[in-house]
Amino acid sequence: MPDDILAGCPRIEPIGLDGVIVRFGEALSEPANRAALAFRAAVERDVPEGVEECSTSLVSTYLRFDPLHLSLDRLTALLTERLSAEDWYAAPLPEGRRLLRIPTVYGGDFGPQLAEAAQAAGMDADAAIAALSGARVRVNAIGFAPGQPYLGTLPEAWDIPRQAGLTPRVPEGALVVAIRQFVLFSVSAPTGWRQVGRTAAPLFRPGSEVPFLLRPGDEVFLDAVEAGAWDRLAADPKGGIVTEPLA
Amino acid sequence: MSGLEVLQAGPGVTVQDMGRPGYLALGLSRGGAADRIALAEGAALLRQPVGTALELAGFGGRFRADVPCRIALSGAPMRATLDGAPLVWNASHQMPAGAVLDIGGAQAGVYGYLTVGGGFDLSEALGARSAHLSAGLGAVLQAGDVLPLAQDGGRTVGQVLDPVARFDGGELRVLPSLQTTMFPEEMRARFTQEVFRRDSRGNRMGIRILPPEEGYGLTSGQSIVSEVITPGDIQIPGDGAPYILMYECQTTGGYPRIGTVIPADLPRVAQAAPGAELRFRFVTRDEALEAEAGYRRRLEALPGTVRPLIRDPAQMPDLLSYSLISGVTAGEELS
Repeated sequence: MPDDILAGCPRIEPIGLDGVIVRFGEALSEPANRAALAFRAAVERDVPEGVEECSTSLVSTYLRFDPLHLSLDRLTALLTERLSAEDWYAAPLPEGRRLLRIPTVYGGDFGPQLAEAAQAAGMDADAAIAALSGARVRVNAIGFAPGQPYLGTLPEAWDIPRQAGLTPRVPEGALVVAIRQFVLFSVSAPTGWRQVGRTAAPLFRPGSEVPFLLRPGDEVFLDAVEAGAWDRLAADPKGGIVTEPLA
Repeated sequence: MSGLEVLQAGPGVTVQDMGRPGYLALGLSRGGAADRIALAEGAALLRQPVGTALELAGFGGRFRADVPCRIALSGAPMRATLDGAPLVWNASHQMPAGAVLDIGGAQAGVYGYLTVGGGFDLSEALGARSAHLSAGLGAVLQAGDVLPLAQDGGRTVGQVLDPVARFDGGELRVLPSLQTTMFPEEMRARFTQEVFRRDSRGNRMGIRILPPEEGYGLTSGQSIVSEVITPGDIQIPGDGAPYILMYECQTTGGYPRIGTVIPADLPRVAQAAPGAELRFRFVTRDEALEAEAGYRRRLEALPGTVRPLIRDPAQMPDLLSYSLISGVTAGEELS
């Protein structure tokens, strides 16, 4: 494991009066993300009294607790004990994960910055589509907006920076890329990442039986489909997505 | 169906409650009333549990119900009349069927609240009835909307309370956060000495505050891995002007945080009107815990601080605005 990325981790730090995070790395890495997911799953299997909510970001597990009923010292001791019980960086991923194949229209109006992103990654547009649609990525975190996934890690070539300016608005379903990750937008929003494609993925449907499509740890292929398929995908409540369980 | 009809609405009128905790892992922040104290005050004035209320961001609107109902007004004081007769703020009143309730702009603070007896009979979405605008849950109310009223088992009206002072900015107590030590010591010192002003930019997600001169930007701020955001976090984006994040904030973020405002002081943040002066003071965890305990005690004690609204006519400068002879007045107030 690269020491510089994980130096001093895992580390428990308070955040606000009623939270702690357990940080497994200073930057995104597969082992740190795996550890955060596995540690959260373990905490949820046996929730300490006074802990009210638990979530993960890219490389950390967050716990919100009632500070008047569970002291920070007590919670820290408890978490330290649990941390030392196992090598969380080598822990298996949580159970119940799924593989989703999400049809994606790349380029053109659906991915206006595909050529620009491809160039930054040192390839032509066709090679970029092949690389992006062929990458099996994991939901490293859900965050920022409801149901919105951070997906990674893409091959090295995709360690491309954010653009200098902001795109004022990408549409719901926009697939954007930067720093070896995708973000798939659950709402229309501004972004500094480049839009390479668009999906009809129903990431957040508050009125439906399954309001959130993706969960941290799920794996995803963003399969390339022709622009002509868009109307059919957009009309499908499932956005053309095929889901299978992961062992 | 009986309901409260919106005849006219200010630009930011929404249904709010205590929000929906538990969805952070799925990217949905808890949301809920910007000023939790005002929500509790409205409930206490009607002697009912804390539930839903209309949150009036800066400006109220005109409302009418087709059945008699009870109402309470709390939070940022706003000029209110019922069929033209002035209503006392921080108080509960009877509203006859068909009467028109008119609520104007905030005279201090930002968020006023209109609570109705029994609350609104709305279906829950993900465990709460509050609008979460950035998530697309619920919506800002418009003229013509009708909010169904739930069965009201209570009868109490004509109550008043003294609000906790929180409408004019002031000192915010702050705990260190994830990146506090990344800020140079002199910057942290300056942060606690300067007087900031609440910018005009601000909403239910967060409010921007302006330093007097120099900003607080960090050059190393762009390489921080995104981590969970909690309400109260003071983020410093590239332009160096801090944002204090509120209940409807994004769930993760990468801008450095210089500290976190303690929960007990968040109502004061919400109610700081544009231009209001804000100062920061780092406190120890023990002091923050004591403040939290005090805050919860005050909320619990609220129902006991409510008292009958009895007005002595000799003490009423607005006496002449009441048409005492004809009797078409807010008569309950004079009992």
